[in-house]
Amino acid sequence: MRKVLIVGATSAIAQATARLLAAKGDHLFLAGRAAERLEMVRQDLAVRGAASVGVFTIDANDRARHEALLNAAEQAMGGLDTVLIAHGSLPDQRSCETSVEQTLAAIETNALSVITLATLIANRFEACRAGTIAVISSVAGDRGRKSNYVYGASKGMVSLFLQGLRNRLAAVGVQVLTIKPGFVDTPMTAAIPKGGPLWAKPDTIAADILAAIEKKRDVVYLPWFWWGIMLIIRLIPERIFKRLSL
Amino acid sequence: MADPYASWGLYPKLPQRAVALSWRDQAFPAVAGEVLPRGNGRSYGDSCLTDNGTLIDACGLDRLIAFDPASGRLTCEAGVLLRDILAFAVPRGWFVPVAPGTQLVTVGGAIANDVHGKNHHRRGAFGHHLLSFELLRSDGRRIRCTPDGETELFQATIGGLGLTGLIVSAELQLMPVKGAFFDVETIRFDDLGSFFALSADSDGTHEYTVAWIDCLARGGALGRGIFTRANHASSGGCRAPGAPRRIPLTPPISPINGLTLRAFNELYYRLPRPRRSLQHFQSFLYPLDSLLDWNRLYGPRGFLQHQCVVPPASAPHAMRAILGAIAEAGTGSMLAVLKVFGSAPGRGLVSFARPGTTLALDFPFGGASTLALLDRLDRIVMEAGGAVYPAKDARMSSEAFRRGFPDWQKLEAMRDPKVMSAFWRRVTADTRKDS
Repeated sequence: MRKVLIVGATSAIAQATARLLAAKGDHLFLAGRAAERLEMVRQDLAVRGAASVGVFTIDANDRARHEALLNAAEQAMGGLDTVLIAHGSLPDQRSCETSVEQTLAAIETNALSVITLATLIANRFEACRAGTIAVISSVAGDRGRKSNYVYGASKGMVSLFLQGLRNRLAAVGVQVLTIKPGFVDTPMTAAIPKGGPLWAKPDTIAADILAAIEKKRDVVYLPWFWWGIMLIIRLIPERIFKRLSL
Repeated sequence: MADPYASWGLYPKLPQRAVALSWRDQAFPAVAGEVLPRGNGRSYGDSCLTDNGTLIDACGLDRLIAFDPASGRLTCEAGVLLRDILAFAVPRGWFVPVAPGTQLVTVGGAIANDVHGKNHHRRGAFGHHLLSFELLRSDGRRIRCTPDGETELFQATIGGLGLTGLIVSAELQLMPVKGAFFDVETIRFDDLGSFFALSADSDGTHEYTVAWIDCLARGGALGRGIFTRANHASSGGCRAPGAPRRIPLTPPISPINGLTLRAFNELYYRLPRPRRSLQHFQSFLYPLDSLLDWNRLYGPRGFLQHQCVVPPASAPHAMRAILGAIAEAGTGSMLAVLKVFGSAPGRGLVSFARPGTTLALDFPFGGASTLALLDRLDRIVMEAGGAVYPAKDARMSSEAFRRGFPDWQKLEAMRDPKVMSAFWRRVTADTRKDS
C-alpha cells in the first residue's frame, strides 16, 4: 500500500493515474488550486477504493508553502513514499514572444515550482533511503522549436534537473522518474485540433506511468513510440533544424 | 480524417463542432447556435448528431460521486461508461440492472435513450432504475429531477434523446450479483412459432432471454435461429477475459455483402455449440465490445440499423411479414436480434421499450434500395401499432416516428430551446414554425 502525494491532482493525467492507484487501495493525498474540483476528485477516488484521500489547496507557485504541503501529506497518510508531480500550464507561445512576463510565468509554473518541490522531497527521501519521485515533463523539453520553446525550455529544465537528481539519489535507492508524454488529449491541449495516431488518451498514459513506477524506470516516453520520434528530432543537425517548422 | 463525433452507423455525415466538458460545476457552454449533449456516440443514426451545431461532449464528466455498498446505490457523473461501472461494481457484488448491447455507453446516454437489455421482461428499461439526476439547462438552471420532484422533466428526460438539457449526474440503483459469470443455455429453433414458445417458457425462469435470427431463411424455415437464455451464475468468481481487439481501419469496400452474409447465417445457424456453458459477462452480454470499432466493417458508406417493437397481439404476424420482406429483398442482416419485452411500459414520455416483441437488424448502406426496404418495414410496424427506435434510426419518416411515439409533443414542450439534434429536426420539422 503506497502513500502517494499527487501535485496538480485535477490534471487529466493525474486523475487517470490516481484512479489506478485508488483501485489498488493506496493512500492518496491530493494537491491542487481549485478546492471544489479537488473535492470532486477526492470523492471519485474514495469511492473507487483508495485507503484514504486527503486534499490540500495550494497554488504550486506558492513555493513558501511547499514544506507545509509535504508535512500535511506525511501527517495525513502516516508517511510518504511516492510523489507524482503533474501540474503545469501550456502557455500560448505567440503571446510569450511579446511578453516577458508570460514567459517567466510559464517557467515559474512548469519549472521553478517543480524544482522546489523535487528538492524538498529529495532531501526527505534521501534521509530515509527510499521513495519514488515521478515528474511529468514533456517531449517538448527535448529540443527547442519555434512553435513552443517557452514551454519546451521549462520542461527541458525539469528534465535536466531530474537527470542530475537521479544521479545523486541513485546511490541511496530513490527512484527519480522523468515522464515525457507526447500529445495527450486533455483539457490542457483543448485548443489544439486533435485526431490521428499520435494522440493518446490520459488512461493510456496513466497505465504506462504506473508501470514505469513499478518497474523502477528512469526516463519514459509515453506512449513508447515517442522515444523513436524524439531520437530522430534530436539527431537532426542544428543547421537544418533551424530552418524547419515542427 | 474520420470525424471523431460521427455516429456509430457512420451515416449520415454532418458538419458539426464540439466543446468538451471536464467538470460538473462548469457552466452550460455559451456558444452561438444549436447545441446537443453527447455521450459516447453509440447511437447509430442522427439522434447524436447536430446539423451545423455544437456537440457538448460530456465524456469528461466521468467521476464517481458516492456508492453505498449496502444498498447498491451509485451516484456518478453522466459521462461514466457502463463499462466502468461494471469494472467497479462487479468485484463488489453489484451489476448494472439493465445492460444494453454495448457497455461503451455513458450513463447520460443510457438515460437519454432509456436503453433496454436482454432482461427487459424482468427489469424493464434503464429508466426504471434511475433514482434521480441533475439536469443543466441552457439558462443556467440546475434542476434535480426525481420521480416525485420535477416529475415532468424527469419523465421527459428519460428517453428524451438529450433534448431537455445536459444530464450532469445521476443516481442509480444497482442489482446484487454473486459474480461476473452467467449460466448460459443456447437452443436452436426452426421457425418463429418455436421462438415465441421458447420465449414464453423461459421468461419466468431466466433473467436474460434473446434470439439471433437467420433472416435469409425463407418458407418453412422463416424465422429460424438460436435462442439464448441465461441467469447470473452463483459461482465462477470475477476473472476478466482478455483485452479487446480493434478494427484498425475502414476497408474501402465492405466485406459484408450478400454472399458473405448468406455463408455467415448458414454457418452460424449450423455451428455446433454446447447447450449449457458458463460465460463471463463480457462475452455473454457484450460479444461485439471485444472487437473495437466493429462498425468500420461496413466500409466507408456505413450502415443502417432498424429496430422496431410491435405490440403482443400483432407481433407474430408482423414479425413474419418483416422477415418475409427481408428474405425477399435478399439484402439480409448479420445481427438480427429478436426478443419479447416484458409488460413494463416505458418510464419516459418517448421511451422505446414497451410490451411487445422487438426485432433489431442492420444493413450495409446500399443507397435507395436499402432505404426503400426500411420504409417497407416501417409500414409493417406502423400497421401493427408498433414503433421504430430513434437511437438506431437515421431515416424514418416523421409519420412513422409520431405514430410510434404519440407523446412526442410533450417532449417538444419540455425541450431546452438551445438544444436540437439532427434527428429531432428531421422528425418534427414540418410542425415547427421556426423551420
